[in-house]
Amino acid sequence: MTEVAQSPTTGPTPSSIQRSARISGFKRLARYTGIKFITLLFTIVIGVYLTIIIANMGGEVDNIRRGAIRENVALQVSMDTELRRLPQAERTQVIEERVRVEEQRLGMDRPFILRSFTFLLDAMTLSLGRAQQMTSDSGSSQVRLIILERLPHTLVLFSTANLLIFFSGVFIALFLSRRYGSWFDRAVIALAPTSAAPGWFYGIFLILIFAAVLQVLPFGGAVSAPVPDTTIGYLLSLLQHMILPVSAIMMATLMITIYSWRTFFLIFSSEDYVDMAKAKGLSSNQIEQRYILRPTLPNIITNFALLIITLWTGQIILETVFNWPGLGRLYYRAIGAFDSPVIVGNTVIYAYLLGMTVFLLDFLYALVDPRVKVGGAEGPKV
Amino acid sequence: MKAFKNALKEIGRYPSAIVGLVIILGLVSVALYAVVTIPYNEAVRLWRGGAGVWGDYPKNAAPAWFNWFSDQQKPETIILDTTDGTATKVSQALGTNIDTIMTFTFDYTADTFPDELTLHFTSLYIEKQPHISMKWITPDGRELRMSQLSVRHTDTYRFALDERLARRMDGLPVNQGLFAQPDTDPPQVLKGTYTLEVSALKFEPDSVVDAKLVVFGTVHGLAGTDHVRRDLMVAILYGAPVALAFGLLAALGTNVLTMIIAATSTWFGGVVDDVIQRITEVNLVLPFLPILIMIGTLYSRAIWTILGAVIALSIFSTSIKTYRAIFLQVKEAPYIEAARSYGASNFRIIFRYLIPRIVPVLIPGLVLGIPSYVFLEASLAVLGLGDPVLPTWGKVINDAYAQGALFNQHYYWILLPAVLLMITGLAFSMVGFALDRIFNPRLRGV
Repeated sequence: MTEVAQSPTTGPTPSSIQRSARISGFKRLARYTGIKFITLLFTIVIGVYLTIIIANMGGEVDNIRRGAIRENVALQVSMDTELRRLPQAERTQVIEERVRVEEQRLGMDRPFILRSFTFLLDAMTLSLGRAQQMTSDSGSSQVRLIILERLPHTLVLFSTANLLIFFSGVFIALFLSRRYGSWFDRAVIALAPTSAAPGWFYGIFLILIFAAVLQVLPFGGAVSAPVPDTTIGYLLSLLQHMILPVSAIMMATLMITIYSWRTFFLIFSSEDYVDMAKAKGLSSNQIEQRYILRPTLPNIITNFALLIITLWTGQIILETVFNWPGLGRLYYRAIGAFDSPVIVGNTVIYAYLLGMTVFLLDFLYALVDPRVKVGGAEGPKV
Repeated sequence: MKAFKNALKEIGRYPSAIVGLVIILGLVSVALYAVVTIPYNEAVRLWRGGAGVWGDYPKNAAPAWFNWFSDQQKPETIILDTTDGTATKVSQALGTNIDTIMTFTFDYTADTFPDELTLHFTSLYIEKQPHISMKWITPDGRELRMSQLSVRHTDTYRFALDERLARRMDGLPVNQGLFAQPDTDPPQVLKGTYTLEVSALKFEPDSVVDAKLVVFGTVHGLAGTDHVRRDLMVAILYGAPVALAFGLLAALGTNVLTMIIAATSTWFGGVVDDVIQRITEVNLVLPFLPILIMIGTLYSRAIWTILGAVIALSIFSTSIKTYRAIFLQVKEAPYIEAARSYGASNFRIIFRYLIPRIVPVLIPGLVLGIPSYVFLEASLAVLGLGDPVLPTWGKVINDAYAQGALFNQHYYWILLPAVLLMITGLAFSMVGFALDRIFNPRLRGV
């Protein structure tokens, strides 16, 4: 990718100039990425802070922290051999006293506006407190552990679906732009409105057809019930369970994605330099890769970043519908159990995930957009 | 105004848009019908009223029209009541007591067995409870006697729980044994006229006994029923106005506010513009649904609270950039300069000169936005954050999912609301796509 990106600056120039151009290109790339990183970090901080403000309007974060303090103190007292022998009333007094001291030490008596920054620091460093009822599969009630246990499942499903969407989207859109006006092209345009429905919605129909009626694929879950003991068996089972959710995401997004990317390709293939390349007699493969795909790619990535943001949202419900043991399903269970620490913690993780995906795409953008390296116009406004 | 007339004319050139418009009109009329015939309080009562409202409906029954597509006719619920004349009641003196004979006669023509049978008694007495004995007469003349019992003021006799009756069923469940042809395996329904004779012996002269026989079917109404016997038609009908109102208000609220913000941002420029641009960028990466979930869990699930939160979270959307680009052009137009030279206020310029110019651009976005909000409401309901009192399509799907409807093959339960959501979404989206092409001519070429 980097070599191709260099092509506008290469040519019959002395190697020294070329090298300095490459270094300055690298500097610009680093600066661009750095700025994006700081901007997104700032965005995540705001997102998390907003989460805390919303969550604490009913005093919810305070309750979470008070609960955690009380539990810790009670545990300490019950572990202490001397204090354990005290009569009930005295022991309660000791606990109350220690809770008071601990709350004071942690600044629970300070005004909320000051404390909110402590919360922010806690949330940013992922010390998310303890769950009220839920536990992780390994038995811990630490919200961070509960969430980290689910994260891999979410990431596997999400990245598979998105990689598939990206590559099949680019491929089919390019194909359609070549066959502009064919019946296939018109079919895609006609089907574009079907993307109005989210993935979970198609998921219901897919489950109905393939799991309930045809009984060829599982209803949901990530692996079959006795977990296969070989790695290959596990992977195959995972793959089998991923077919329906991934297809549901694709059904909900692919048509509109192809439709808009095909429009980008059409716009760029009507540029004069494409006609010029045709006149020079370049092969259609070369024209496509060098003169159409290259300049369109930054636009596509920007569009894809927007798509991915909405997909992260849809993932929560998709996992619920497919019983997929990821973060979304965790939300559903936490709502059912009214476990607010888990809900707040999950929101913080989502803020991080969104920020990180957008950063990743920004980085990709910087790699493929020559303007970032040679200066000139700014990057995408995502 | 002329632009709108032209637009309407042009819509005729897109068949999909016409289909969409027809569907939208249909939905709107269903919604109006629902709101007119079932007032808000009545809808809430029908959906949350308790067993008194839906006690006589069957459980998990499919819609009645399923029978049209099946060669096996499933029974509908049969209700016979001595108080409304569908069953007869004859009294005769028996010494100092009175014997009232209530006869419930009905034709059973379905091919499958009913779900269950119950007999509800209501009686008036001062001290001595009336004594009941019952006899089941099949079309081929067999007679089955059931346990005898004394009834309180209100009492329910469930056929399936009568052990004496169960012993005479040759190992079949009571609901099958009562209707089965003798010596068939698998059991076949004996069609014909069945009679239940209930004799109530009353020991007081002023004593009154009435009874209601309910033979629960396995199909019900146009939409079927759910696991607590609620008629799904209520939710299907009332879901339409809720979905349309939510989608329309959310789309209108976000788009109009976004446009006003974009206009303000462009008009004032400078710091205001910068701040609004930065807010937009931050807002884009905020976890939208998680924040909504938090609001739903920690504060209120009422649909209007959620609507407010949705609008508040979506006004700084990416469409600000689109609107801004257009406003930047409009801002330089001579008529704006003219307005400024005669001393028009900022407010007046924004609302009277800038915004009206881009209303045509707003319309496709607004229509295209409706489906996403309709589905958002359903999504929240599927997560268990639906409005606590109102029946909506999403809540039906949520109930069905929680009860494993797909696994238990109650497909109608999910299909009806899902298909309605789909139709709503598609209709608005088809019209929106057409409007987009009409109002944004640069798309027309590609």
